Amino acid sequence: MSHGTRILIVDDEPAIRRFLKSSLAAEGFEVEQAETAASALLALRQTKPDLVILDLGLPDRDGLEVIREVRTQSAVPIIVLSVRNDEAGKVASLDSGADDYITKPFGVDELLARVRAALRHRLQAQGTGPVFQSGELSIDFLQRSVKLRGQELKLSRREYDLLRFMAEHAGKVITHQQLLTAVWGEAHRNDVEYLRVYVRQLRQKLEDDPQQPAYLQTEPGVGYRLRILDAPKA
Amino acid sequence: MPDPLSSSPEDGNRPSPEALLATTGKRHQGRLKIFLGAAPGVGKTYEMLLAGKAKQREGVDVIVGLVETHGRAETKALLEGLEILPRKDVEYRDRRLAEMDIDAILARKPGLVLVDELAHTNVPGSRHAKRYQDVEEIRAAGIDVYSTLNIQHLESLNDVVAQITHVRVRETLPDHVIDEADEIEVIDLTPKDLIQRLQEGKIYGKQVAERAIDHYFSEGNLTALREMALRRAAQRVDEQMVDYMQAHAIRGPWAAGERIVVCINEHPSSASLVRLARRTADRLQAKWEALYLETVRHQTLSEAERDRIANALRLAEHLGGGAVTIPARHIAADLVDYATANNITRIIIGKSRRSRWFEMLHGSVVHDLLRRSGNIDVHVIAGETEPAAPAELIEAPAETTAKSFDFKPYLVSTVMVALAAGIGFPLNQAISLPNISMLFLAAVLFSAMRYGLWPSLFTSLISMLAYNFLFLPPLFTLTIADPSNIVALFFFLVVAVFTSQLAARVRLEATASKKRADSTAALYGFSRKIAGIGDMDDLLWATAHQIAAMLKLHVVLVLPQNGSLQVRAGYPPEDELSEADLAAATWAWTQGKPAGRDAETLPGARRLFLPLRTERGLVGVMGIDREQQGPLLAPDDRRLLDAICDQAAIAIERINLAGDIDQARVVAETERLRSALLTSISHDLRTPLASIIGSASSLRSFGQSFDGETRDELLLTIQEEAERLNRFVGNILSMTQLESGALEPRRSPVDLEDAIVAATKSAARLLGHHRLHLDIALDLPLLRLDFVLFGQVLFNLIDNAAKYAAHDTEILVRARRDETDVRIEVVDEGPGIPPEDLERIFDKFFRVHGGDRRRAGTGLGLAICRGLIDLMGGHIYAENRLDRSGARFVILFPNTLAVDRQELDKLAEEKFWNETTAAQPMLTPALETAAVKKDGTEDK
Repeated sequence: MSHGTRILIVDDEPAIRRFLKSSLAAEGFEVEQAETAASALLALRQTKPDLVILDLGLPDRDGLEVIREVRTQSAVPIIVLSVRNDEAGKVASLDSGADDYITKPFGVDELLARVRAALRHRLQAQGTGPVFQSGELSIDFLQRSVKLRGQELKLSRREYDLLRFMAEHAGKVITHQQLLTAVWGEAHRNDVEYLRVYVRQLRQKLEDDPQQPAYLQTEPGVGYRLRILDAPKA
Repeated sequence: MPDPLSSSPEDGNRPSPEALLATTGKRHQGRLKIFLGAAPGVGKTYEMLLAGKAKQREGVDVIVGLVETHGRAETKALLEGLEILPRKDVEYRDRRLAEMDIDAILARKPGLVLVDELAHTNVPGSRHAKRYQDVEEIRAAGIDVYSTLNIQHLESLNDVVAQITHVRVRETLPDHVIDEADEIEVIDLTPKDLIQRLQEGKIYGKQVAERAIDHYFSEGNLTALREMALRRAAQRVDEQMVDYMQAHAIRGPWAAGERIVVCINEHPSSASLVRLARRTADRLQAKWEALYLETVRHQTLSEAERDRIANALRLAEHLGGGAVTIPARHIAADLVDYATANNITRIIIGKSRRSRWFEMLHGSVVHDLLRRSGNIDVHVIAGETEPAAPAELIEAPAETTAKSFDFKPYLVSTVMVALAAGIGFPLNQAISLPNISMLFLAAVLFSAMRYGLWPSLFTSLISMLAYNFLFLPPLFTLTIADPSNIVALFFFLVVAVFTSQLAARVRLEATASKKRADSTAALYGFSRKIAGIGDMDDLLWATAHQIAAMLKLHVVLVLPQNGSLQVRAGYPPEDELSEADLAAATWAWTQGKPAGRDAETLPGARRLFLPLRTERGLVGVMGIDREQQGPLLAPDDRRLLDAICDQAAIAIERINLAGDIDQARVVAETERLRSALLTSISHDLRTPLASIIGSASSLRSFGQSFDGETRDELLLTIQEEAERLNRFVGNILSMTQLESGALEPRRSPVDLEDAIVAATKSAARLLGHHRLHLDIALDLPLLRLDFVLFGQVLFNLIDNAAKYAAHDTEILVRARRDETDVRIEVVDEGPGIPPEDLERIFDKFFRVHGGDRRRAGTGLGLAICRGLIDLMGGHIYAENRLDRSGARFVILFPNTLAVDRQELDKLAEEKFWNETTAAQPMLTPALETAAVKKDGTEDK
């Protein structure tokens, strides 16, 4: 899967670029590098990467601006490198069009997991089938049916809408506002308590252990993420 | 002359400390030279200008501060070549008057300034009342001053001059000014020469001169004035010599320990007695003081009389003597007691002006004193009565100048007599009482007790008449038939008068002691009140209120704040001072002397500002004023005010000191925290770095030779230590944010279970060796919290538990709600917390195991928890488990933070309404509680 996939790393710290480059190369990705926003935008046009890893603190331009500019040209997945305690910044970059974020400092395992999730989502987005599958969970968008271990789950309409929206963006972080706008409409974009109540209910139905959720992950201060799990080996 | 340093201490020839002090004090300030003359026109100004020019030739920077040429050509000529400072216009009653510009002199800062007429009184509204005060300020700035003075202006000679010339000089100069002058030059001109100059029109115009010669400038007057000037200068020389001898420890025939007391009373001659005492003291080189003996009579004195006493005492202070008031019962006895106790050698007292008759009745104080005085000399002086100064007349309060006659006591007394007659007459008819006069005596007694002496004397008189009229035969006439009745009537009158006096005296004493008791009680109450006040504003307000209530004054209290004087309290409330008042307040504060209304400095201000002083120095100033014209305070009130001020000043100082101590404590605490932070950063942050650098360098050097397991271990160390370092940095960042107040919680409805689960997930790596158990109630409301900050608190608490509890023990996170709070607990099975540290563990940099740390930490984790929970409106505390060893951290969030249930219920209804399939129970009982597996890996 990794072969022939090109990743653009945009960060002004040589040390960060160095370890990202070697790790990603070891995973079989082709790696391009840029130090500034200007060179990143140039590389984006020239090399057509399949994924961009973007540091928000670039010397020449504001990271959010860069995301928006990239989005005018391309739908390439963007993973943002953010700093601790900056939930507002994370939300802003996701709302600007980033696909995911990862907080510095981070382990390379964590990053690779995000990279894979983002790439997989891109593939799904290119040709989403009528059925979403993650672990034991399957959703048939045409039938509007949700099954866990083959068992039909009874969901309310809102629960279903919520789950479907998350499934359509599976693996990505979805901010509270994005979810609320999509499911309840623009008028309710700040009613986070709706989400809290529905996510709780969904977990009760989806998860084996709601206190250790496998599918529906909370991203503190930012939003939720529906994880894509491998199909059960059984 | 022996060198003071070479003289050995044994011989006692040590320089007197006071004399040395006076000499050193003089070195810092400018020198004053006075050109002293006997009369106008002797050429003082001329001589001063000559001397100034001589100095200028020596290279001294000389300017003319103010010189009056009086149109004299010779003097004018001398001004050529000297820099003359422009005068300052002062507006006074629609007129513009030119005064010396003291600020310009201070700004110009010359070496020597020439100032004419030292005794001059400044225009009201100037900074100082008198020019000599201007000069004092100039000298205090280190500038030398030459000035001129005529002898008749000297305060202590004031009445002598008045006696000789029959002109009372109003512009007087306190003697201490001439005493403290560094040099005096007498400008002498014989009376004949002076009169000739006068006739030649060199001094005044011809016409004026004629009148002047007839009156003031008679040869006799001039001779006397000249003699005084020469004597005073000679005396000055004498004093200088004594000073010098004392400063250099030269044994001399000092006047041995003479001490003089001058006894004053309300009589107008008191002022001249005081001046005489000063002259006598000067001659004898003696210390002296004025003494007022306050008897019960003090209560009967008018305001004008009390003012005279106060003025006489003030004059004594002005002339360099002491001023003492003592309560007394018997003047002569108490005076002798005082004199004996204070080693007084001479008593000066005024000659009695009482009638022979009065003295026979009351005894003469002077005779009594002479009998008792023993070896103390008594000087009985026929003091000269000074006409009341017009100023005094203006200042006297309106109510005392026209003290209206009160008829009521007499009316009531008459009624009482009539009553006595009304009771007595029928009684007498019925049972013929022999001593019916007692009834009238009762009326006299009543009148005396109630209204004092004069009404009771009046009552005695009409009682006698009524008695005679109604009871002595022949009845209903004022004639008396029986001679024995005349005697009886006479004795009745005598008894009535004595009774009156006695009763009136008792009444006076009672009034006086009641007044004293009232003030004392008020003072006592005030001191008790302010003793309990710990807040400065409360104290100042209480003080202002007290003064306003007791003395019927308007009060402002002005204290330094942030480098300037600010009104801190006022009654009635006042925020700002006018410019004039602020200037007076500032003067009072910087100079430590009264300023403003009724004072010598800046009398144009609306208020009088008095310094509030303690032994350690000034704490502020108090401004007082009242709506009425006239003097602000009677002497009695002034004493009361002083007492209140003293107490207030001490209380202000107490609070200031307490503030200083707090400040010092804060500084010390800040210092401790700073050093703790440095220790923390330098030590705790370096520990993980050491592991990382060590492991990394080992791997680089020997990586090839290590087996796989060793390499893995080292790599794991690097990762774990780096993560630890990351947490430390995060904590320090959080603490900094918390302390700077920059942290604003981003509130949103939080599902506690969700938040707790998220926090335990991020803490999973720390929980490798512990079992985590979650016990979260199902009925928890959504709380309006900051999801991230709450997660951080839980993370820190779990981190803390994992740090202190032994491996393989359980860490429990429990959440419950009750009627008032939602309660979240983190419970471990560790050793617990020493009871005395349960609160202190939330302090920054506090660690229970100071020395042997099992795991390094910054000592910030719990402090951050408390800061964050407080920020979100909750409360966190620690306790020990009762069932076993272990600590329990409890977070309480009030239910008021919960999201409105109704809203949630609406959501639930909506859910059922939208149900696509049949409703089923939402919650499975089996899911109520569940243990989270401790493995922290993400993917299965």
